[in-house]
Amino acid sequence: MIQSNALPYFLQAKDLSYSYHTLSGEIPALSNISFSLNSGDFLAIIGPSGCGKSTLLNIIAGLLEPDSGTLITENDNPLKIGYMLQHDHLLNWKTIEKNVALGPIIQKKYTKEIEDKLDSLLSKYGLYEFKYKKPSELSGGMRQRAALIRTLALDPDLLLLDEPFSALDYQTRLSVSADISKIIKENHKTAILVTHNLSEAISMANKIMVLSPRPATIKRNIPIHLTVEDSSPLGYRNAKEFNDYFNLLWEDLCNA
Amino acid sequence: MHNSSISTAQEKFLKTKKRERCNVVLGRIVVIVLFLILWEYSAKKEWIDPFFFSSPSRIIHLFIKMIQSGELFPHIGVTLLETILSFILCTVFSLLIALFLLYFPKVETILEPYLVILNALPKSALAPLIIVWLGTGIKTIIIAGMSVAIFGSIIHLYNGFQQVDPEKIKLIQTLGGGKRDILHHILIPSTIPLILSNMKVNIGLSLVGVIIGEFLAARIGLGYLILYGSQVFQLDVLILSIFLLCLMAGILYFIVNLMVKLLSPQ
Repeated sequence: MIQSNALPYFLQAKDLSYSYHTLSGEIPALSNISFSLNSGDFLAIIGPSGCGKSTLLNIIAGLLEPDSGTLITENDNPLKIGYMLQHDHLLNWKTIEKNVALGPIIQKKYTKEIEDKLDSLLSKYGLYEFKYKKPSELSGGMRQRAALIRTLALDPDLLLLDEPFSALDYQTRLSVSADISKIIKENHKTAILVTHNLSEAISMANKIMVLSPRPATIKRNIPIHLTVEDSSPLGYRNAKEFNDYFNLLWEDLCNA
Repeated sequence: MHNSSISTAQEKFLKTKKRERCNVVLGRIVVIVLFLILWEYSAKKEWIDPFFFSSPSRIIHLFIKMIQSGELFPHIGVTLLETILSFILCTVFSLLIALFLLYFPKVETILEPYLVILNALPKSALAPLIIVWLGTGIKTIIIAGMSVAIFGSIIHLYNGFQQVDPEKIKLIQTLGGGKRDILHHILIPSTIPLILSNMKVNIGLSLVGVIIGEFLAARIGLGYLILYGSQVFQLDVLILSIFLLCLMAGILYFIVNLMVKLLSPQ
């Protein structure tokens, strides 16, 4: 649920709590999660497996209603949200062209304008020649980029990335996370990334939120400042602060 | 094969594969020819009583006679028509009902045990009831044909729909789509292979149901001809009808299989 209000923040979450209910009992997943995002922020959420990170994304996306707590957005603007899932979920029975246009097609907004925009995104990220190909003919990295273009097609204000690289091999993962972080920055998007990968979080985000084991509470909020000339995730990995952040996060997760 | 020149090892491999395929076809022909020769010979030598067991030559004679008199065609035509109609109706209705149950899962939860029981019930037990209610005629036979396949078909399709990746459904939801979009973009396309393989099962079962119906309530059709043959002790007629049924089942399956192949996403 997204409420609107005049606020200095782009998005503010207040005391979000959520529990799953099963016949054998109640499983608290989130407990009093509060955070705020400015426009253009890249927040990474890390935490132990099954701590409720995806639940939090589902609440922000409006797919789940929180048991208590609110989400407040800036200046009465309900946010348009783009969601990237763990796998690319490109539909094998559609061409890349139709796959990336799925959002506009579903919302009946597939105009010539959108088509041109998608064409330019496809050519910009090296997929134009695969426009009429089926997803099965693309490599893992290309598929993930196509999935991002599909997410961008609806011009979302906020991107939610739910471990979008976990299904890729290590080498592809590095280059795709670099690509995607570049695409997000170029398009001036605000993003929330859920990941297990500490290096990925440090190199892509400007804020990191560490969650405790279930029920998730916020253990620590860390702003990331890396001094480096090459401002790409791969360059960031060479920053001198990188290891300090890494050790800090590692300790947080180990002392969970 | 990115090159037109094939290596000798590859050529040898292809040759072996081709020979294996030829051997299979040859083997199949040998089996049927040996069976027919043995049958004909045993009948001629009176090792078996040709009155009860007939013989290939007697069946061929009868076949030619019945073709010339024109009395065979209506039987074949009616059975074929009934089978095709009950196959189409069964396929369409089971798809619609499975989708209905998917949209109303509470109804499905309530009805599930009844569907399972109806599916397990031998449909030959239902056929007499259908005949009493609907009388004899093509409509009755078609419903008898449908009754054999439809319950299993509904359960099969419904289970298939449920196995669709929930993440794909979530994808549509995150893009702002509703139930119709999920159906149109995810459920139907991802279950097309299942729908098609289900058609292959349905065609066989429809034929079974039609023959059961014809046994009980027909004056025409191959099922009727089989029953007639047994009652008047014309075993030639009976066995000829069985052969024709084999042929019909084979050809129908072949056609549906071909359709499935043409319609399947590559």
